[in-house]
Amino acid sequence: MSGTLCIDGIAVPFSDGQTIIEAARTAGVYIPYLCHRLGYAPYGSCKLCTVKVNGRTNTACTMPAADGQTVISNSPDLQHDRQRITQMLFVEGNHFCPSCEKSGNCQLQAVAYHQNMLDNHYPHFYAQREMDASHPDILIDHDRCIFCNLCVRASKEKDGKEVFGIAGRGIHKRLVINSPSGKLKDSEISVNDEAAHVCPTGAILVKRSAYLAPIGERIYDGHPISEVACEKAVIRAGEASGYPSCDPTKLTDAPQQNGGPDSHYAATMPPAPDIKHGR
Amino acid sequence: MAAKIKIATTSLAGCFGCHMSFLDIDERLLKLADIVEFDRSPLTDIEHCGPCDIGLIEGGVCNSENVHVLREFRANCKILIAVGACAINGGLPALRNFFKLEDCLLEAYQDGIGVDNPQIPSDPELPLLLDKVRPVHEIVKIDYFMPGCPPSADVFWHYLNALIEGRDPTLPYELVHYD
Repeated sequence: MSGTLCIDGIAVPFSDGQTIIEAARTAGVYIPYLCHRLGYAPYGSCKLCTVKVNGRTNTACTMPAADGQTVISNSPDLQHDRQRITQMLFVEGNHFCPSCEKSGNCQLQAVAYHQNMLDNHYPHFYAQREMDASHPDILIDHDRCIFCNLCVRASKEKDGKEVFGIAGRGIHKRLVINSPSGKLKDSEISVNDEAAHVCPTGAILVKRSAYLAPIGERIYDGHPISEVACEKAVIRAGEASGYPSCDPTKLTDAPQQNGGPDSHYAATMPPAPDIKHGR
Repeated sequence: MAAKIKIATTSLAGCFGCHMSFLDIDERLLKLADIVEFDRSPLTDIEHCGPCDIGLIEGGVCNSENVHVLREFRANCKILIAVGACAINGGLPALRNFFKLEDCLLEAYQDGIGVDNPQIPSDPELPLLLDKVRPVHEIVKIDYFMPGCPPSADVFWHYLNALIEGRDPTLPYELVHYD
């Protein structure tokens, strides 16, 4: 099935089998995410891509696109929730950007920048997690793991190896390595595996690849993640180029009362600030 | 002429790098000096903070003195701003949070390589260390946050201008940096 859905007042076409986040990305409409990746099965663990679909809360990365859907993504309520989720990720692990080699190329950091996140809001856990530098080519800094499961899925589905797993629940949740010693050096992972390259943070790093790009030339120095993540230029509500706008109240016959203040938001949203590059 | 706006600044468990970045507003300091006056600050050597409009806190909280200074600032400053990565999340000094305080002291003053006359400092004048370094928002209410290690001079300029003009400070995308 294909058709058109309405995201923040922009008419977005979709093709058969696409989720809302995929359709949005193809059309150049950015919905923040960390656990999603193109070419991977929908997972829905980070909840950053939470949107209102016909007034109900759903993750855009798991919800199939359907003709006539009204999706609200860029509302103050949802943006606030996204910032709180990101802040929880920051205080749960140990994310010290100034001393992290992923800084500037980090999706977690870039998502936080995109949300204009200026503080961490919550008390810090300062979790005790050990680093695994045992492998000659790959380093794991567990301090920076956000349990997105991308390395677990990459190793299993793309590399056919099952090197990684998530063990424990709640505060005891941790990334574990499938090897006799529990160390990465005794696992089957190789530096050419997809699992070594999918980490959205600085938790899994390929050794001898740090600081190759100077400050100012890193991925997110010049381009916000909303641009990098989308295949086409970002289209914001009210300035859709190439895609017609749509009235979020008319495209669906679903009840709107569950949508709360979000339902009428897209039409009144102030334009996003101009994004300039460099520091 | 209206009374000058009073600003106090301090560096707790910080490196003074944020203060250096503040001074990087360069010739804009002259404009600032026309309308503000510095109270307690490393720039003035005033020992205690009087009633102020704006307080800038660099660094996290690592010892008892930091807690007293931070509370003094909160009690006296209408607006308190956490400046830089260390004030916001503990930063580099917080890397000691992953070791026992005793082990840190032993390594620095007793067992470390090249230590002469090994002894743990215990002068009553010295503030006691906290078991963990903490961000300032965990001790007192903070009104605004300036991210960055350090925040650039433009970030200071943005915030001070907004506050002096009575606006809520906001940062454009290109000025939001954690490193």
